Amino acid sequence: MIEVQQITKRYGHHTAIDRVSFSVAKGEVLAFLGPNGAGKTTTMRILTCFMPATEGKALVAGFDCADQPLEVKRRIGYLPETPPVYLELTVTEYLQFVGRLRGLSGKILTMSMQREIERLGLGTVQHRLIGNLSRGYRQRVGLAQALLHDPQILILDEPTVGLDPKQIIEIRELIKNLAGSHSVILSTHILPEATAVCQRVVIISSGRIVAEDTPEQLSARLRQSEKISLTLKSPAPDTGQLLKSVQGVQNVFTSDAPGTFLLECELGRDAREEVARLAVTKGWGLVELKAISMTLEDVFLRLTRTEEGRPQDTVVATTEPAGRPA
Amino acid sequence: MTPVQAIIAKELRSYFVSPVVYVVGSVFLLIVGLLAYLYVVFAGAQAIQLMQLQGSAQINLNDLVFRNLFSSIRFILLIILPILTMRLFAEERKLRTFEFLLTSPIGINEIVAGKFMSVFLVFLGLVGLTGLLPLVLALFSSFDWYPVLTGYLGLILLGALFLSVGVLASALTENQIVAAFVSFGLLLVLWLFSGVGSLLGDTAIGQTISYLSFMEHYDHLVRGLVDTKDLVYFVSGLALMLFLSHRVVDSTRWK
Repeated sequence: MIEVQQITKRYGHHTAIDRVSFSVAKGEVLAFLGPNGAGKTTTMRILTCFMPATEGKALVAGFDCADQPLEVKRRIGYLPETPPVYLELTVTEYLQFVGRLRGLSGKILTMSMQREIERLGLGTVQHRLIGNLSRGYRQRVGLAQALLHDPQILILDEPTVGLDPKQIIEIRELIKNLAGSHSVILSTHILPEATAVCQRVVIISSGRIVAEDTPEQLSARLRQSEKISLTLKSPAPDTGQLLKSVQGVQNVFTSDAPGTFLLECELGRDAREEVARLAVTKGWGLVELKAISMTLEDVFLRLTRTEEGRPQDTVVATTEPAGRPA
Repeated sequence: MTPVQAIIAKELRSYFVSPVVYVVGSVFLLIVGLLAYLYVVFAGAQAIQLMQLQGSAQINLNDLVFRNLFSSIRFILLIILPILTMRLFAEERKLRTFEFLLTSPIGINEIVAGKFMSVFLVFLGLVGLTGLLPLVLALFSSFDWYPVLTGYLGLILLGALFLSVGVLASALTENQIVAAFVSFGLLLVLWLFSGVGSLLGDTAIGQTISYLSFMEHYDHLVRGLVDTKDLVYFVSGLALMLFLSHRVVDSTRWK
């Protein structure tokens, strides 16, 4: 549905995005992840034909953004960073205006408005001026706007900003439901959001794509060692040494919490069984034993930090309990 | 409803929910009404003088009232029309709805046309209300309607030109005050061109500069003279300003 080939955007001497390529299949939800100023909004603006790319080509639904912008715009629903609402209009007036701009009229327009008002829970505020609505409601009006003409492609720039937790869950549900029939690109810097709703994640940093994969694969790929967390009720003084002697265990750290150890193991080797057996035979009182997988947060931090020139091995996974070598 | 109509409807709605139109409109109508009253009183005083001197008086309302009134309205339009146009694009850029508008499946020409038409309709409404003046005067006196109607034609063309300059100025900036002052300045320069032109005299440059000013063209129409040359001036000026607005709006995408 969306095909981005080597696009570059320069503002004077500043390169906002640098040879970015990716594609989105029909019905897929893609998260665009990156720190502020990474080039997420610029990429979205190019895809929505708001601004042209300096170099490269962007195809949306088979149409080139540079050559047939109207065809592209017709097929896209776009929610910019700031909800594009007119404060002096009521919600219904606004949606009516949006629908008319997109060529909806009569019964279809009324039905589409009804559908979105219901879907986004705007029923109680539909006759109020947008200027009098809270940030969360404005954001929802912005979403209603993007969805109004039932576009094949949705481009949402930080869709859940300004919403309360309940609304965030609702919007994520909504986006998940749209997947399958719609292709969605959403940008976010909230990682759980990407894990929750997206099939694929593109991590962008300083204008370049640094990783692209499913959330699970990304964390698997970047895991450099398997980690195990172990909690014991009555550890012996030599527990650390004994644990280290287990086959596959490379390093043992103790944590501040009493009786908790963090084990670093060889990649692709699950030492949990061995460790459990040892704990039981030694009578340490096994309380908890679990594998720690690297979350998207760790992946993200690792990728975006190394981008800034720090060596990879100084990056510590954030889920790792503060520890010192045993 | 076409997209242009949708934009016109939305802009009209925005105009009439804000106090700007009401304030600007009231001031405009108040000043025009006052001026008309003064010119009529002045004409009456002249008639009484003539009566005393000659025993009979036949005064020309066209010369004494309407021509003076139409000349004065120029000044008022120069000041108030930039206030009406300043928000058209500047506000969209300030409130970040500009991006929404430009990513809607409509052409920039439709956006510019819709914006211009909306403010033009507001202006037509204001001019239409001043139509009460000649109607009331016609009840109590007789005058020649033809120059009044061509004067109105001139007024509408002049207003359209002023508004198109305002649309251009509004597209240039996201600050409404700056937009108002830019269009005010541009119009003032256009005005002064007639002075510069007459200073340079009957040379080719002097004539060209005079031609660029709206003064002469408007005067012709107010005097009842409908010349194609003047109509071409207004229509081409309007087209040029709207074309430039189109280019300016388009160019903001490239920055």
